[in-house]
Amino acid sequence: MNFEFFFNNLPALTITGLAFGAIYALIALGYTMVYGVLQLINFAHSEVFMYGTFAALWAVMALGGADASGMKLVGILAAALVAAMALSAAIALALERVAYRPLIKRNAPRLIALISAIGASFVLAELMGLRDRVAAWFGLDDDLDDYVGKARINNSIAGVVEAPRWDVAGVSVSSIDILVIVSAVAMMVVVDQFVRRSKLGKGIRATAQDPETASMMGVNPVRTVQMTFLIGGLMAGVAAFLYMLKIETTKYDVGFLLGVKAFTAAVLGGIGNLRGALLGGLVLGVAENWGSALFGTEWRHVVAFLLLIVILLFRPTGLLGESLGKARA
Amino acid sequence: MSKFKLPALSALPKPVKIVLWVLVALLAYALPLLEPPFITTPGVDFGGVLFVVTMYCLIALGLNIVVGYAGLLDLGYVGFYAVGAYTAAILTSFHANWPLLLALPVAVLASTISGVLLGAPTLRVRGDYLAIVTLGFGEIIRLIAVNTEWLGERRGISNVARPPSLGGTEGWFEIPHLYWGDGSVLLDTQDTTKFLVFGVLDQIPYYWMGLTVVILMLFADYLVKDSRVGRAWEATREDEDAAELMGVPTFRFKLLAFASGAFVGGLAGALYASRQNFINPDSFLLLFSILFLAAVVVGGQGNRWGVMVGAVLVAYLPQRFREFDDFRVLVFGLALVLLAILRPEGLFPPRRTVRAKQLEQELEVLEEGTEGEEDARV
Amino acid sequence: MLVSDARILEVDQLTLRFGGLTALDNISFHINEGEILGLIGPNGAGKTTCFNAITGVYKPTSGAILFQGESLVGKKRFEITQGGIARTFQNIRLFPTMTALENVLIGADAQHSTGILSALFRLPKHRREEAAGHQLAMELLGFMGLAKQADELAANLSYGDQRRLEIARAMATQPKLICLDEPAAGFNPQEKRVLMDLIRKVRDQGFTVLLIEHDMRLVMGVTDRIIVLEFGKKIADGTPAEVRDNPAVIAAYLGVEEEDAS
Repeated sequence: MNFEFFFNNLPALTITGLAFGAIYALIALGYTMVYGVLQLINFAHSEVFMYGTFAALWAVMALGGADASGMKLVGILAAALVAAMALSAAIALALERVAYRPLIKRNAPRLIALISAIGASFVLAELMGLRDRVAAWFGLDDDLDDYVGKARINNSIAGVVEAPRWDVAGVSVSSIDILVIVSAVAMMVVVDQFVRRSKLGKGIRATAQDPETASMMGVNPVRTVQMTFLIGGLMAGVAAFLYMLKIETTKYDVGFLLGVKAFTAAVLGGIGNLRGALLGGLVLGVAENWGSALFGTEWRHVVAFLLLIVILLFRPTGLLGESLGKARA
Repeated sequence: MSKFKLPALSALPKPVKIVLWVLVALLAYALPLLEPPFITTPGVDFGGVLFVVTMYCLIALGLNIVVGYAGLLDLGYVGFYAVGAYTAAILTSFHANWPLLLALPVAVLASTISGVLLGAPTLRVRGDYLAIVTLGFGEIIRLIAVNTEWLGERRGISNVARPPSLGGTEGWFEIPHLYWGDGSVLLDTQDTTKFLVFGVLDQIPYYWMGLTVVILMLFADYLVKDSRVGRAWEATREDEDAAELMGVPTFRFKLLAFASGAFVGGLAGALYASRQNFINPDSFLLLFSILFLAAVVVGGQGNRWGVMVGAVLVAYLPQRFREFDDFRVLVFGLALVLLAILRPEGLFPPRRTVRAKQLEQELEVLEEGTEGEEDARV
Repeated sequence: MLVSDARILEVDQLTLRFGGLTALDNISFHINEGEILGLIGPNGAGKTTCFNAITGVYKPTSGAILFQGESLVGKKRFEITQGGIARTFQNIRLFPTMTALENVLIGADAQHSTGILSALFRLPKHRREEAAGHQLAMELLGFMGLAKQADELAANLSYGDQRRLEIARAMATQPKLICLDEPAAGFNPQEKRVLMDLIRKVRDQGFTVLLIEHDMRLVMGVTDRIIVLEFGKKIADGTPAEVRDNPAVIAAYLGVEEEDAS
């Protein structure tokens, strides 16, 4: 156990941990909302996120991000954000329509919904990983080589954004980390307010608690579910953009590990609980970073899985308890 | 009994049935020797493929107990498989030099214990959560193997002991394979399998070993299913609360299902390690847990013959059509989604599910009026 | 009538609270061995809650439940059933994809102990228990008039047959006390008469019966004593004649009796 390293770098480790955690939180939002409304673990949400990272990547590439600076760069980044949110949302909606709606209509048993989710997750990931072959089938592989090449390995936009480091109370932190944390919290507040105050948001909460009564009160169940997936997708898109800012690299299978961690975050905070998703994400990010410093980076992922199992065994309702609609047994 | 059989055949007298089954079994043993044209796998050793198929069948039967009979969502079955494999590997190669036959029971015991240890705290949680916890377990096992030097880390463990051969390196006798030339079938005395030598090149003896274990497992499955234990599993799956109130100690039986599944999984893992002669953490990815589950769900959970069909599909097809290897996972994922939407009960569901479904469809036809109205409103 | 003075079940100051709601409020009553005891009251009075407390589904907030002198509180549900209390459900809860015979066998299994090793090696215990279980199950199916449907899936049976099957399953656990939760729900008058006969025959076989019912004629006609609940409290306890003329009971049921006396 590397105590010395840990204590010497505690503030920096914590800030970076919070940044990772913020990203987990944004992805966790999708898991927690869908589970709250449908009691369904949306396995494929990790791919919704992954597609967002590629949208951001491609936007930056297409608009010449590597050579830009100043306001032009900011503009390109803004476009990347929009692209990520748009693609993630689109994938999320398509997912709902194709893989889940037929099952929801039929009140299919849990295992079957899980199977569909897993299958969809594989299909989406593989399509991205095989995009060079897919493009070749349309004869477009040469024109699009920059985008579809290197399909099975890391794709990066390293060096596009050179973020200044700031000095916060004697600790050197990356401004990107600060940006990530602030953005995530801001987005969570926006969604939280939306769910609390808007008509659609109330419809979501009502459907989560009692779908039949909600529909009898005029809440459209199909629209509600779509809205849930849409919000989750948009937030995953934001997470994807921030992820690319921070990590600068992506790959077709980047979704799985992040998805599991985000799901852990959702459960940690209390599945169905939006604020829980934020708290869970931040706690997980920090715990993971600390664990990584104490035990060595190879054990980083084990921390997440262990935390998941421990919570499910000892406090399945999570830190803030289940909410949205009492996630039913 | 939930056997997949054509209705006419099940009316035959018992002795005739037994003879038929024996013939089928003999055909199965002879299959790799016969080298039938469309079935053999080009470019890959057919015997080896068949061995993998038997391992998947074994796993499917074990997972069927957990998922199909007891109704527990398990996404981490590969963990038990890994415990069995690593135990066999450590005992016969990495840290000791036990013969395989001595290491096997220990490997199986280890996996069973891991099943009990995993199940005891987790079987109390809700269905979805159980799935995630088991997934976490499978991944933790793999990550421990990756990060622990004592388990070989990423390099893995090699020189895992093979099963003991009968008759030294030359065996007792040699069995020739068939050769399908242009238009004629010949006995090829150059292409033989030594009985019973577990060597490096010829995979067929391993297949025979695997097939025998599968046959024994089928018997065991039938004996246990047609008893108080099998009934308790079914009742627990159908309505756990009602079952408990009818005097079924549901938690104990769920744990028993888990342990039984772990037993079988560990056995498959140890046998696989023995043939493979080398294991590393990449053999135990989450992907395999999903593949195993798919075999069970696609085949027809709850039906021992159905899940074996599923195992054959999942294990054999990718080897038969190797040129599409890159698309394996994609096709697989598509198959899962289509199955979930179009035929969730699987290709060969247990007979009672078929009858229940027919009743459900009849009721749906009667209620068709109401459904139409609901759609219009939305 | 084979009612003895021995008290098979004693409920003493039983209280059950769910958060702010008091479902059962200081309830005390007893059941004599061999009795048919009726438990009635308007909807929401706490009748099924009482059943659930006795069978271990809910844990009492306070009070005692003694079965043959032993406390039931804290015991696991299957232990309570194995100990001699069986029940049916308000909404039928058979095992739908299992046959009628298999459903009853599950009940018979309650008193057995065959485990995986006995089953795997077909040890004598397995053989003995299977034979005994099958015999008991077929007897009970015959008793309920369901012998011909033994191999039919429970989901495929008619409503009346399903209700009878539930009772057969409960009896197969070889209980001393059977709790029937609205066994006549959905029956027409003729079927109710047959059911009344059946309940008497069940008692004559040696079982004690605790019966929740809404149909007054049925309850008055078949029970030896009646307990009346309202809003979680006991408001009357006596013979059918006493309860029928009890002003508190009449007040609680004002207007309801006419509709229910179908």
